[in-house]
Amino acid sequence: MRNTKLPPDLQAAWNEIDGYAREYGLDYFPISFEVLDYRTLYEVASFGGFPTRYPHWRFGMEFDQMIKGHTYGLSVIYEMVINNNPSYAYLLEGNDMTTQKMVMAHVTGHVDFFKNNLWFSHTNRHMLDAMANHAVRIQKIIDRVGHEPVEDFIDVCLSLENLIDYHAPYIQRPEAQTPVPVTEEEQPDDLPEGLKVDRRYMQGYINPPDFLASERQKQQDERNRSRNFPEHPQKDVLLFLMNYAPLERWQHTVLEIVRDEMYYFAPQAMTKITNEGWASYWHSEIMTKKAARASEIVDFAEHHAGVVATSPQRMNPYKLGLELLRDVEDRWNKGKFGKEYDECQDFAAKRAWDTGAGLGRQKLFEVRKFHNDITFIDEFLTPEFALEQKLFTFRYNRDTDLYEIASREFAEIKQKLLYRLTNFGQPFIHVQDGNYGNRGELYLRHRHEGVDLRIDYARDTLRNLHKIWTRPVHLETVIDEKKRLLSFDGRDYGERRID
Amino acid sequence: MADRVERDLNRFRQIVRGKIKKDLRKYMSQGEMIGRQGRRYVSIPLPQIDIPQFRFGQKQGGGVGQGEGDVGDPIARGDGQDSGSGEAGEESGKHTIEVDVPLEELAQILGEELRLPNIEPKGKKNIISEKDRYTGIAKVGPDSLRHFKRSYREALKRQIATGAYNPDDPVVVPIKDDMRYRTWKTTMLPEANAVIIYAMDVSGSMGTEQKELVRITAFWIETWLRSQYKSIEIRYIVHDAAAKEVDQQTFYHLREGGGTKISSAYKLALRMIEERYPPDDWNIYCFHFSDGDNWGGGDTRECVDILRNHLLPKINLFCYGQVRSLYGSGRFAHDLEEYLGKTENLVISEIADRDDIYDSIKEFLGKGK
Repeated sequence: MRNTKLPPDLQAAWNEIDGYAREYGLDYFPISFEVLDYRTLYEVASFGGFPTRYPHWRFGMEFDQMIKGHTYGLSVIYEMVINNNPSYAYLLEGNDMTTQKMVMAHVTGHVDFFKNNLWFSHTNRHMLDAMANHAVRIQKIIDRVGHEPVEDFIDVCLSLENLIDYHAPYIQRPEAQTPVPVTEEEQPDDLPEGLKVDRRYMQGYINPPDFLASERQKQQDERNRSRNFPEHPQKDVLLFLMNYAPLERWQHTVLEIVRDEMYYFAPQAMTKITNEGWASYWHSEIMTKKAARASEIVDFAEHHAGVVATSPQRMNPYKLGLELLRDVEDRWNKGKFGKEYDECQDFAAKRAWDTGAGLGRQKLFEVRKFHNDITFIDEFLTPEFALEQKLFTFRYNRDTDLYEIASREFAEIKQKLLYRLTNFGQPFIHVQDGNYGNRGELYLRHRHEGVDLRIDYARDTLRNLHKIWTRPVHLETVIDEKKRLLSFDGRDYGERRID
Repeated sequence: MADRVERDLNRFRQIVRGKIKKDLRKYMSQGEMIGRQGRRYVSIPLPQIDIPQFRFGQKQGGGVGQGEGDVGDPIARGDGQDSGSGEAGEESGKHTIEVDVPLEELAQILGEELRLPNIEPKGKKNIISEKDRYTGIAKVGPDSLRHFKRSYREALKRQIATGAYNPDDPVVVPIKDDMRYRTWKTTMLPEANAVIIYAMDVSGSMGTEQKELVRITAFWIETWLRSQYKSIEIRYIVHDAAAKEVDQQTFYHLREGGGTKISSAYKLALRMIEERYPPDDWNIYCFHFSDGDNWGGGDTRECVDILRNHLLPKINLFCYGQVRSLYGSGRFAHDLEEYLGKTENLVISEIADRDDIYDSIKEFLGKGK
């Protein structure tokens, strides 16, 4: 193991940055910086930032692709930081001092966000240990049952890993309490005969026929409901599988690990724009106002420009987050919010609006505390901002095989942005029936919201689902505006219209 | 730090290899790999190495972008995913990644899958080069080559065997006998040289598809032979009624009219060998591709004569690949079979379509010559 402690010059730089960041009121876990050569940095990056992960080929594949990207100069990683207490951040050996300082400042923003943002409040702050434990547990399973079955099963789990309930940690869903499947004998059909009647002539008075009828209906409903399994659609498909699929113990463990790690990473996907914006805001603030020497400012500007560079087809989360935060700061500094401002019809007056409220910074800290990407954009994206940032929506044109600019209307831009962020760009898929056709088959339902699934992927995923469920599996979805049921029974795919 | 990525990387490469192996017949019938060939690597498009998930198709989605432009302006090219009919199932296998595979490894896979025997080079003046590889373990050696783990293990074994090991106080002290050292094995690498002489009929009856078959076949021949020899020279001969030597580009693209006299090519090949490649120093491979049409019986007889008396005794292997064309009679293969069928270093194979390439390569190279 090599010494990755900070060399004195970087340590001095960190002490300085650390001082500024705390002065600004950033509040973060202790950060441990390590300087890595590019190869090791990519190794860590391919492990999702962690030094130890369970054995799986996809880490190797990611590493292979990253190294290739690096070799051909297509991509460069400057920084990696993991949500842990203490937090670990990695610096790339050989970067110039300006870059290192900028990365350090950027990292303070991230760790402050990890620590304080609501959506991270349920994450495991000792994930470094947990990941290492996961690796050991899976390694032990491999030692016991062999490499191939475990690898195959991990592949299957990863294929389903996005089928979790992203909001589950933050709310209590009554319907998430799935009862155990009904296994006891069918109850005899004892329809209620009403209250006990001693004298037959009283029957019509004590138990009037319509009362009896309603009692029977009630009981029938009750029975029908318990025949639904699960009682309510389940969004956490992985949990459902853990509870009800015929898994061996080791498979259960593997599935649980994959699910745990997915829940750990989920908030990072939920807050990409906000989190990157926040970190970029702070590296920019700290560097330009405090840390950058006059001789470093050009280098800084160049790196910063690289970070917030835009390309027409890809929304740069760093750029969008940063600009939107600055816009919020400006508006709250000038008091451009509230009833009076919103109702003002005079464009010029609105533009020149300045009450000297000076609440900008305070508002930003509020954003970082409470918002995820969806709420952040929903609440703060304004038509003025969209115009100024030249936002547009694009769509695919089948005839020309080109992506084209579709609109510059604010409403459409906002809708599309939110839409792409909803459920983190993943389709909504629920377990609808765990005993479909009363044959123990699994029925998933995709809530179609305008975009079809990729069918080739969907078929292969069904195949993987079948490996876990072992009985036929079905997915209800929509293809080309027609409702379809995709099925896989272990040998053949089926696809039929259901309307 | 993260030393385990090597393990995952190796596993990934192994998977890639497995995929190529599994679909080798398919890859061999495609031309794709040839065009992508770099100097030492080929990029192979692999289907489905990534993990399938329920995910959105991209096309209906679109998104939000940033920058100049009017409504309707194109901003990026699609990847043609939706082209053709939108029928489900046709898209299957279209998600691909590209993996670089070293040519040597490809040859190795080819060899394993087709069970190709290694070639025993002929030629008296074979130069053998030696190469040292640290693969062995020895009981003696210099300290600089001490194998710590193995020495330690030996010591542990000895202590456990003698009962000197105490698990509560696990002190392992190696003695001299326990020491293990890395040692090298010298491997002999033949430095034999080889030359491939390709000859092809370019008369009117050989169409584009026929040439493509030849091209793909040649790629696999070269991949294999390169793994067997240190250096390889390649010469190209085209012929219709007369033969001439050309470069690679011309070889695959030239199209002449006129009749076919195969003997002309054989004569030219023979002259090349006599002038440049003394059979004692060179391993010589001749591949001749045609659609089996030859000019009358007289020329065929001459071909047989040249082969039997001059060419075959001088060279390692003569392969005749007959591709099927609309016009070709395909007689030549029969004639060769009839007159020379028993000859050990002559291989005749018919390549009707791309699916046959796999089998033809197996026939051509299966002799280990």
